[in-house]
Amino acid sequence: MERIPILKLGETLLVTIQVDFHDRVALALQEDLCEKIVNYSAKGVLVDISALEMVDSFMGRVLGNIAKTSRLLDCNVVLVGMQPAIAITITELGIQLTGINTALTAEDGMLLLQKLLKAKSGARTTHANKNGRR
Amino acid sequence: MTNETASASSALFSKENSKELLDHWVKAQLADQTRSEGISDSSVSTSSAEFLKLFSEALKGGNLSNINTPEWELVLRMLGDLSASRALQGSSSTDTAKFIFSLKHVLFERLNAASGLASKPEAKASWELFLLLDKLGLYTTEVFQKSRESVIRRQQKDIMEMSTPVIKLWDRVLAVPLIGTLDSARTQIVMENLLQAIVDNGAKIAILDITGVPTVDTQTAQHLMKTVSATKLMGAECIISGIRPQIAQTIVHLGIEINDIITRATMADALKEALSKVGYTVESDIALEKVR
Repeated sequence: MERIPILKLGETLLVTIQVDFHDRVALALQEDLCEKIVNYSAKGVLVDISALEMVDSFMGRVLGNIAKTSRLLDCNVVLVGMQPAIAITITELGIQLTGINTALTAEDGMLLLQKLLKAKSGARTTHANKNGRR
Repeated sequence: MTNETASASSALFSKENSKELLDHWVKAQLADQTRSEGISDSSVSTSSAEFLKLFSEALKGGNLSNINTPEWELVLRMLGDLSASRALQGSSSTDTAKFIFSLKHVLFERLNAASGLASKPEAKASWELFLLLDKLGLYTTEVFQKSRESVIRRQQKDIMEMSTPVIKLWDRVLAVPLIGTLDSARTQIVMENLLQAIVDNGAKIAILDITGVPTVDTQTAQHLMKTVSATKLMGAECIISGIRPQIAQTIVHLGIEINDIITRATMADALKEALSKVGYTVESDIALEKVR
C-alpha cells in the first residue's frame, strides 16, 4: 500500500501529501505520524496539502485527529497550502479544525512553526525559573 | 349600456343558474389536461364558488364596462389573491388566466344551447376564433413576462458580481467591502473570491468590512463566521470592521458569539491593526507639523 513519506528536519517533521489521499492512506499517515513523533521526539509537524484537490468529511476528521493526537504528544501541527475549494468544503461540512495552525505557503508555515517552538521553549524556561528549579 | 343587458347578464348568474354553472365550470377546469399540478381539485372548486358568488353580486350593480368601480372591488381583490398564490405555487400566467377564460367557455356553451345558436356555422366559427385569439393573447403575456424575468435574473447576477470586489490594500493585506444583505449565495461568491485573492497575493490579513450590510442577524453572522474560518484554514487572518453601534448592540442582543475574531469599529482601525500584524508601524507627523 502507498505510504506518505515523513521527513525529519531537525526538531520538526515534514509531510507533503502528493498522492491520492484516500481513506486508507490517510489512516496509515495518522498512525505513522504518531510513531515518528514519539521516535524522533519531534516538536513540530508541517503538513503540506497544496496538491490535495478534494476533501470529504472523513479526511477532514483525519486531519483534525492528526492535530489532536500530535498535541497530546506535545507537538505543534501547521497545515499549509490549502486550496480555496478545500477551505470552503471544510467550512461547509462544518468540520472544526481546532488546535490546528495554518499558513498559506510552506515557507510561512516553517516560520510559524519556529515561532511556536520558540515561544514554547521560552515559556518552559520562565516556568522553570519561577519555580527555582533546574 | 342599457338596463336590459345588465338584467339579462344578472339573470345568467342568478341563484338557480349559478349552481349548475359552477358544476360545469369546475368540471371543465378539472378536465383540462394542461392544468399545472400544484393546484388541488378542492382549491379549484372553492375558488370557483367564491368567484361566482362575488361576480354575481358585482353584476347586480349593473356596471359591465368598467371594472375599476367600487362594486368590482371585492372581485378584483379575490382575483388578486388567487393570482398571487398561484404565482407562488409556480403556475404560469397562462394557467392563472385560464381560470377566468374557462368560465367564458362554459358560459358561451350554455348561452348557445339556450338560444339554439350552436347549430349556426357563423356562431361556431366566431366562437372558435375567439378561443384562438384568447390563446394568442395569453401567449403574448406569457412571453412578455418571461423576457422580463430574464432581465431581472441578469440584473441580479450583475449586482451579485459587482458587489463583491476584493481590494488589495497593502502588501499582504486585502479588504472586502460587503454591501447589501449577506445570503448564502453571496457568501459563497465572497468566500471564493477572497480565498483566491489570498492565494494570488500571498495575503496574511483579510479585512471584512460590513459597513454596507444593513442588518446583522444570526444568519448573517453565521455566514461571516464561515468566511472567517475558511480564511483561517488558508493560513490568513480575518478582521471584521465597520461594525456600527446599532449592529454591535444587535449582535450582543442576539447572543451571537464572535470569539477569537478580531473586530474593529472602522476600516481605518482595521487597517492599522493589519499593518502592525504584517510588521509595519504607522506614525503620525502631526506633532512635527505643529512645531513647524
